[in-house]
Formats: sequence, C-alpha cells, structure tokens
Amino acid sequence: MPHITLSDGVPGIRSLVMYRPETGQPLYDLAQALLRAGSPDSTLNDADRELIAAFVSKQNQTDFCMNSHAAASRYLYADQRDVVDQTLDDVDTAPISAKLKALLAIAGHVQADARTVSDELVAAARTEGASEGDIHDTVLIAASFCMYNRYVDGLATFTPTDPAAYEAMGERMGTVGYQLPKVKA
Amino acid sequence: MPHIELPAGLPGIRGPMAFSPETARPLNDLVNVLLRTNAQRPESGLTEGERELIATYVSSRNDCFFCQTIHGAVASHHLGDDDWSLVKSVKSDPEQANISSKLKALLVIAGSVQQGGKYVTPEQIEVARAEGATDHDIHDTVLIAAAFCMYNRYVDGLATWAPENPDLYRYRAVKVAEYGYTHEDHYMPPKLR
Repeated sequence: MPHITLSDGVPGIRSLVMYRPETGQPLYDLAQALLRAGSPDSTLNDADRELIAAFVSKQNQTDFCMNSHAAASRYLYADQRDVVDQTLDDVDTAPISAKLKALLAIAGHVQADARTVSDELVAAARTEGASEGDIHDTVLIAASFCMYNRYVDGLATFTPTDPAAYEAMGERMGTVGYQLPKVKA
Repeated sequence: MPHIELPAGLPGIRGPMAFSPETARPLNDLVNVLLRTNAQRPESGLTEGERELIATYVSSRNDCFFCQTIHGAVASHHLGDDDWSLVKSVKSDPEQANISSKLKALLVIAGSVQQGGKYVTPEQIEVARAEGATDHDIHDTVLIAAAFCMYNRYVDGLATWAPENPDLYRYRAVKVAEYGYTHEDHYMPPKLR
C-alpha cells in the first residue's frame, strides 16, 4: 500500500504525477528531453536510451520502472527487441555494440557511486565511438533513474504484476512519449 | 578534470547545465518547485530553509561537496545560521540538532531514500505523521531526497569542478534566495571573478 493517499489502481510514477502535477511536469519534461531528444551530437537512439533506463532501474530493483522502460525499449527496437532481455540478463554476452556496453558500464558506476566513474571508463567509451553528448546523456539518464526509482519505491506506489500491462505502457511510451496524464478537475 | 568538455569556470552543476540547456530547464524547474514554490503553498508544512536542509543532508550522505556546500549555504541564509553551525550539526547528527521533531522524522525518511526507496518503512512514515507531517510533507521529502540522489550523481559522475572558497557559496546563496534557481549565473562576485 502506498505511504500516502494516491488514486486507486494507478501504477508507479503515474499515480505520483497525478497527485502533484507541478512536480510531475518537470519530471516528465526531463524524461522527454533525455529519452526522446538527447544532446545534439549524441549517437544513441531512443531504444538505447530506454535500455539504459531499464538497466539502471534493474540495479535499483525498481520493478515498475524496469518493466515499463524495458517494454518501451522492446517496442522501439522492434524486430531486434530480444536484445533488451539479453542485455538485462547479461551485458557482456548481449548482442549490442561495444560502445553501448561501455556506456552501460558508466551507467552502472553512476548508480552505485558516481564518484567511481573513472577516466578509464570514460576513455573506453570514447575509444568505442561515444561522443561527448553520449557520455553526458548516459550519466544523466543513470542519475535521473536513481531519482525516479527512489520516488516510485520511496512512496511504495502500486506495481502491476501482469506483463500485458507493461506491454501497453511500452507502446504508449514508444509512440506518445512522456506527457502528463490529464487530471480530472 | 571533468569527464567531458564543459564551459570553463562554471562551478558544479552549472557546467553540465550550460552543456545541455534542454535538460537544464526541467532540472531547474524541478528544484524551484520542490525547494521554493511548494514552501509557499497553504498546505506546506516545510519552509524553504527546512527543504534546503533536507537537500543538504542527502547531498552530504552522498558525499557531494558542491551540492552540500551550496544548499547548506542557502539553508543557513534562510535560517539565520550565520556561522553554518546548524547546518554542520544536521549533517553530522540530525537527532541532536536544533530542529523540530517533525523535521528530524522527515530526515530519517530522507536518509532511507538516499540508500534506496525500499528502505522507507511504514514505521518511519508513522513517526513522521505523529510529529505532524502531512501527505504533502512526506511526498516532498521523498522527492527532494530522490532528486538530490540525481543532482549529486550528475555533478560527481561528470567530475565537475567545485570552488573551495566559502565566500562564493555565501554570495550565491543570497542570489538564490532572491532569484531562485535560474539559468543565469550569480556565482562569481565581480571582485572574485
């Protein structure tokens, strides 16, 4: 049960942004800017960005965010959708680029302790072709999911268990993006 | 040295914000609502100074020098803590600090959020409620703590530069209290620039 009174049956962060739209707006604007636009020189596509979000959410053990962003990533990778679960299962053996693996390593360090992002980790990502914007966006995606995950778990929001619920969310996230739900007056 | 090429001379989060204005806007909007605008709402049980203390406490637990110093300076400015002794005591031992029992209970929740959202227990929430915390106070405490787990990581994950001179933070704190968290830079007083 959530720690504060939220709309019944509304899952995860959706229940929170409906409760407080004035903080919900910048939270969704940030997700839209990071997961759908990104830095001008970035080489990451939307599916890659969603995968970084799902990866960090998995490390934080926030099932709602992991499942919904994994679903969005699967939807966006389309016929390559299997890479999402392969990556979440084992980054080392997953059929993704060496560049994305190097960026996921940086994301993992940001999640655990951002002070441990070393020059070597960043140099390794550059060697594999990561741009300045890729490194910036990876660090901020990982950092922001350390916020979203804590927000969702810290207030004990409702987490659906039916995979079909996440598939529908993933499609909405992949098509509509991050727009604040309309709140009935 | 920062991990990516940032505009020179901008302290802490201001460097990456200048690098990426599209994300800087919602990042500034969020901190303004949480630390400033929400304090003015009729249902708010937390002042701007108390909100800054929560931000400072979490940043201290994340060992982020820049964030704990600037938000500590802003908290001290709001709370009349000229020698920064109150902020120091909140960072080192909030239970013994000269703050309300409600704020102490909310700082326990913030400390749990800093470790991970699942560390917040129903008992911690009950204690805060017994001390007078409302849903709004609990919500804002959790989101302030969560947001600083982001800001701190953004600042440290890119290895940004932070000035050491406390006067710069005092100067900036006065400007923040006056103008809020904006894109403009009020860090460097003309004589120190």
